[in-house]
Amino acid sequence: MNNAVRNSARLFGAGLRALLALTVVCGVLYPLVVTGVAQAAFHDKANGSEVTQNGRTVGSELLGQRYDKGKDSKGNPIPDLRYFQPRPSAGLGSNKTNDVNTQYDLQVSGATNQGATNTDLIAAVKERKKWVADTYGVPQSEVPADAVTSSGSGLDPDISPAYAQLQADRVAKENHLDRAKVEKLVEDTTEGRVLGFMGEPRVNVLKLNMGLRELTK
Amino acid sequence: MSPILAGVLQLIALVAALALAYRPLGDHMAATYSSRKHLRVEKIIYRCIGANPDTEMRWPAYLRGILAFSLAGVLFLYLLQRLQGSLPLSFGFASISPDQAFNTAASFVANTNWQSYSGEQAMGHVVQTAGLAVQNFVSAATGMAVAIALVRGFSRTRTGDLGNFWADLVRGTVRVLIPIAVIGALVLVACGAIQNFSGIHEVGQFMGGTQQTNGGAVASQEVIKELGTNGGGYFNANSAHPFENPNGFTNLFEIFLILVIPFALTRTFGRLVGNVRQGYAVLATMGVIWLGFTALMMWTEFAHGGPALQAAGAAMEGKENRFGIGGSSIFSVATTLTSTGAVDSFHDSFTAFGGGIQLLGMMLGEIAPGGVGSGLYGMLVMAVIAVFIAGLMVGRTPEYLGKKIGTREIKLAACYILITPTLVLGFTAASMVLPDALGSILNTKALGAGPHGFSEVLYAFTSGANNNGSAFGGLNANTPWYNTTIGLAMLLGRFLPMVFVLALAGSLAGQKPVPETAGTLRTEKPLFAGLLVGTILIITGLTYFPALALGPIAEGLS
Repeated sequence: MNNAVRNSARLFGAGLRALLALTVVCGVLYPLVVTGVAQAAFHDKANGSEVTQNGRTVGSELLGQRYDKGKDSKGNPIPDLRYFQPRPSAGLGSNKTNDVNTQYDLQVSGATNQGATNTDLIAAVKERKKWVADTYGVPQSEVPADAVTSSGSGLDPDISPAYAQLQADRVAKENHLDRAKVEKLVEDTTEGRVLGFMGEPRVNVLKLNMGLRELTK
Repeated sequence: MSPILAGVLQLIALVAALALAYRPLGDHMAATYSSRKHLRVEKIIYRCIGANPDTEMRWPAYLRGILAFSLAGVLFLYLLQRLQGSLPLSFGFASISPDQAFNTAASFVANTNWQSYSGEQAMGHVVQTAGLAVQNFVSAATGMAVAIALVRGFSRTRTGDLGNFWADLVRGTVRVLIPIAVIGALVLVACGAIQNFSGIHEVGQFMGGTQQTNGGAVASQEVIKELGTNGGGYFNANSAHPFENPNGFTNLFEIFLILVIPFALTRTFGRLVGNVRQGYAVLATMGVIWLGFTALMMWTEFAHGGPALQAAGAAMEGKENRFGIGGSSIFSVATTLTSTGAVDSFHDSFTAFGGGIQLLGMMLGEIAPGGVGSGLYGMLVMAVIAVFIAGLMVGRTPEYLGKKIGTREIKLAACYILITPTLVLGFTAASMVLPDALGSILNTKALGAGPHGFSEVLYAFTSGANNNGSAFGGLNANTPWYNTTIGLAMLLGRFLPMVFVLALAGSLAGQKPVPETAGTLRTEKPLFAGLLVGTILIITGLTYFPALALGPIAEGLS
C-alpha cells in the first residue's frame, strides 16, 4: 500500500514537472517570440488595425460600431441616417447572464443563438425588414438578409454590397450629396472575395463612413 | 460568381492544400515518433521530468503517465484561475469561481474547450497564455501520443512495449505543433489578428467618444486552438470575432489548420505499419464522410429552411458577412467532424438540418478526420469492428494488419464505442425529466419549442462527451446541473476511451503476426473503405437515430 502511494506520488511529480517545463516552452517562450516578431513586422495589425481620420482615432477597421444620434425616451439608440448603418447586433452579453441589448459593445462579443423557429427572431427579422424598407424606400423583397440578421460576433465590420447600395440614396439626400457620388463611394469601398473566391464581397462600414466624411467636408 | 460556386471553389482549394501537406507532414510525424535522437531542448525537458525517454512502457505504464500528466494539468489550471485575482497582467479580472474553474480546467485538459465563461470578460493574459494555450498544445500532443501507441500496437509483435509517453508527448509538442504554430500565428497576424500584451484601453469611435477594448496574445492562441483541434476562443465570439479571424482567407486557413494533422496522421499510420496504402484506405474513409457532410451542409444552409431564415431571405443569422454561407458551412462541418468546436458562425442559428449534420458529425465519434490523434485511434477502433463484422459474414477469424482480432480485442473495441453514447443519451434523458435542467432552454418561444430545445440539450452532451466544445448557445449551461454533468462527460469521454485504446494496443503488440493468406480481407482496398464507411454510419445511426428523430429531424420536417 505504502509503495503504491509512493509510486503514485512520484508519477504525479513527474507529470507536474513535465507540465511546468512545457508551460515554459508553450506558455512563455512561444507567445513571447510570436509577439516580438509580430510587433516588429506587423505593428499596426498586431495592435488592432486602428484607423485615424483628421488626426483622431475613429476605431478599428476590423470591428463594427454604431452610428447613432442619441437615444430615444426608452433608451434605444436612434440611427443617424446621414451615415451608413451596420447590421443589427442583437446578441446578448456575457453568455446570456444579462438581458441588456449590448449592440456593438467591443467587450461583449457574441451571437443571439436564436434558432430558425424562434418566434422572437421571426418577429425581429420582420420588424427590421419593414424598418429598412420604409427608411430607404425600397420594397421589402429587395432587403438583403444581412440587413435583418445579427452576425456571429455581434461586431461584424461589414455589410453586403447590396445593403450598402440600398442605403446610398437616402445617405446622399441626408448629406445633400450627389447620389452618383455616394454610389461611386460604395463601389470604391466594396472589397471583392480574397483572390476572387475566398469569403464574400463586402463593404466595410467604417471605411464607407470615413469616405463620406471626406465627401461632405 | 455565385456564392455557391465560391463555396465549392473554397472547398476545392482546401482539398488541394490538404493534399499538398499530406505527405510531408505525415512523413515528418512518422519520423518524429520513430526517431532515436533527442533534440537539446527535449533533453532539457526530460531532465526536468526526471524520465528516461528511451525506456519502453507497457500499456498500463503508458496510461499512468497520461493520467498523472493530465491530473497535474487539471490542478495547475484550476489553481491558476483561482489565483487570477492576485496574478499580474490580468486586466484586474477577479479569480474564477470554484465550479467554473473546475469546469474550464477539465474542459481544456480533455481537449474539449467547452467554455462557460466569456473570454474577454473573465480571463487575463496569464491564464490565457500560460494556462489555457498550454493545454491546447499538450492535450493535443497527448491525443497524438495515444494514436501513435495504438499504431505501435499494430506494427510491433511479441512485445507489450508501446513506446515512452514522455518522449511522445514532448516530441509531438516540440517537433510537430510548435513549428506549425509559430508560422501559422504570424500568417494570422499579417492578416489582422491581434498579438499584444496591452491591457484594457480606450479606442476612439467614429461618432466621437471612446469604447473600452482589450488586447491579448490572440493569434498565438488562435492557431494552436485550431491546429490542436481544441477550439476554445480567446473572445466569447470565438473564430467569428474579427480579431481571431479577420477575413475570408484566414477563415479557410483556420479550417486547413483544423484538418491538416488529423488527415496527415493517416499517412503516419501507413508509414509506421509499413504499408502506406493501409493509410490511404483510412484516409479515403475519412475524406468521403467529410466531403459528404460538407456538401449536405452547404445544400441545407443555402436552402435556408425555417421560418426566421425564410423571412430573412438567407441563413445569415449568426454568420459573418466576410465568410458568407459557404465559408461558414465548411468551417462548421470541419469543427464538428473533428474535436475542435471552434466556430466562425453560431450553430444554434443554423437550419434544423444543418444543426442535425453538426450533431451527427460529433456522434460519429469525431473520426472523419477527427481530433488530433483521437480521430485516428477512433477510426482504427471502428476498423477493428469493421473487420470483425466482415469476419462474421465470411465465417473467418477476423484479422487486421496481421493481428488477430480475438475475443479480448473485440471486447475492448466494443467498450470503446459504448462509452460516449452511454454518456450522451443517459445525461440527455436525465435532463429531459429534471425541471431545473429543462429551465435552461432559452429558446422557449420557438414554434414547437420541443424539438429545438431537445436538440440544444442533446448537443450539449454530445459536444461534451465527444470532447468537441461547440454549443447550441441557446441553452444556459452555466448551472450546477450542466456544469457538473458536462464536466463529468468531458473527463469520462476523454480518458475512459483512452484506457480501452491503450489496452487494445497492448494486447495487439503482444501477438504473433498472422501470415497473410488468400482469405485475408484486403484492408487497403476500396472495398474495405466502403465497408468501413457503412459500419460507421450504421453503428452511429442505430445508436442515435431515435434521438436525432426527436430533435433536428422533427424540427426540419415540421
